[in-house]
Amino acid sequence: MPPPPPILIEFDHVSLGFGGVPVLSEVSFQVKRGETKVILGEAGAGKSVALKLAIGLLRPDAGRVEVLGETVSALPERELYELRRRIGIVFQESALFDSLTVRENVAYRLEEERRLDAEAIEARVRVCLATVELEEAIDKMPAELSGGMQRRVSIARALATEPEIMLYDSPTAGLDPITATNIMEQIIKLRDVNKVTALLVSHRLQDGFLLATHCWDAARNGLRPSPPENSHTSFLVLHQQRVVFDGTAAGLRGSADAYLQHFLQR
Amino acid sequence: MAPPQGEEGRAWPLTDWIQGHLAGLGAFSVLTGTAFRNIFSRPFYGGDTLLQMDAIGVGSLPIVVLTGFFTGAVMALQLAATLSQYGQIERTGQLVALSLVRELGPVLTGLMVAGRNAAGMASELGSMVVTEQVDAMRALGTDPMKKLVTPRLLATIAMMFFLVIIADLCGLLGGFLYAVLSLGLDARQYWYTALQALGATDISQGLIKPVVFGIVVAAVGCYYGMSARGGTRGVGRATTTSVVAASVVIILSDFLISRVLIGFFGA
Repeated sequence: MPPPPPILIEFDHVSLGFGGVPVLSEVSFQVKRGETKVILGEAGAGKSVALKLAIGLLRPDAGRVEVLGETVSALPERELYELRRRIGIVFQESALFDSLTVRENVAYRLEEERRLDAEAIEARVRVCLATVELEEAIDKMPAELSGGMQRRVSIARALATEPEIMLYDSPTAGLDPITATNIMEQIIKLRDVNKVTALLVSHRLQDGFLLATHCWDAARNGLRPSPPENSHTSFLVLHQQRVVFDGTAAGLRGSADAYLQHFLQR
Repeated sequence: MAPPQGEEGRAWPLTDWIQGHLAGLGAFSVLTGTAFRNIFSRPFYGGDTLLQMDAIGVGSLPIVVLTGFFTGAVMALQLAATLSQYGQIERTGQLVALSLVRELGPVLTGLMVAGRNAAGMASELGSMVVTEQVDAMRALGTDPMKKLVTPRLLATIAMMFFLVIIADLCGLLGGFLYAVLSLGLDARQYWYTALQALGATDISQGLIKPVVFGIVVAAVGCYYGMSARGGTRGVGRATTTSVVAASVVIILSDFLISRVLIGFFGA
């Protein structure tokens, strides 16, 4: 029997508040290598805050956040910069640098690191843009792109350094259903082809269940249904600053908890 | 200086008001200190500093030239009217030079650069903060203090120094043209009295003030930009407050520097 995959992300009794108002309270969960954990919850439940804690953009008031074996909650900012090279993040509003072209946005971290020459950076940028099927937009400015395209460029930018972990903050929020499905396809492709471990925040249940019930079919270059137990996808539901569910899609659907039933039937 | 986060018009209790302002002053000092410390640590953003020097220095040149020139001209106009009452009109160049180099050149240039660049920095950085571009920068492994604040600080200090010298020269030229063409003064006498009047105190004031004002403009602009909260309204508030704060601090520090230097060198 193979050893269990190592834990890449661990929250241990993490609490955080702003101005005396608690946002997360005693939150604990783990994400194993190759797993995608979908964080669900109502607006204001602390989902995005959890992502920012995972990459060290915020620090907890109490508890411990461990990512890739490093205690993010205790590392000084300077040491976090190196760790963040191994983590990609897609912000809810894309957060592309609006005065840089798509090429410059995707190449940003590579240019900053100065480890690759210009030719290698250009090649890597094109590979990342090809992954999200946006090569033709390479010379455009972010303002010239639609919301869905910006989100895909944001994914390409996060992929530039081939991160071991991807953090997605509501990647389909505010997008039309077709574009949202397209974005989810990209995320499933990264999970199944690149074996990227991920935390995905969403308030859309269908996104989570799409991740749990589909996998990437390289032959068809698209999605195909797969048994949830094969999808390496789990769910975490936050409610009133606390974790009210942590488990599989089947466990979530079958839960007798009144709040979860209400949440699933919205 | 409190961070521009409070609700406008909200009546704060006195203790909250003091606490807020002290916290803001602390945050401002930390930002300024960190920006200076970053000058000596890698990575260096030379390209960004040059871009900022171009935007701040070259971009501010027209308003600084115009302000300097017409300030010198109006000084000559006003002083000549008074000096002629005492039969001292030939000393116009001397007084124009002293007023410009000691006070008006640095202060007016400081206020012009504050109006243009502190506002620009606050709005640019503030927009980046509220659209999460600063968070994205941190997430991509870049220290925003090094990438955004330190280049602006260095560029403003360097450019303010040269802009003040240019403003002084333009002011002397404006005063000269008015004195010669309108008052009929001798050109050589104007320049001779102007340059003879300037001593060590005047030159030191004229060169130290722009450095301090450069620090004020960049630190205040960046501080309000980096502390902007609350969407576009917050950015607007940060922009307005940065200009007001930078202008007030320039005028206050002008008095303090003058007092210290006059105490040191004598009047």
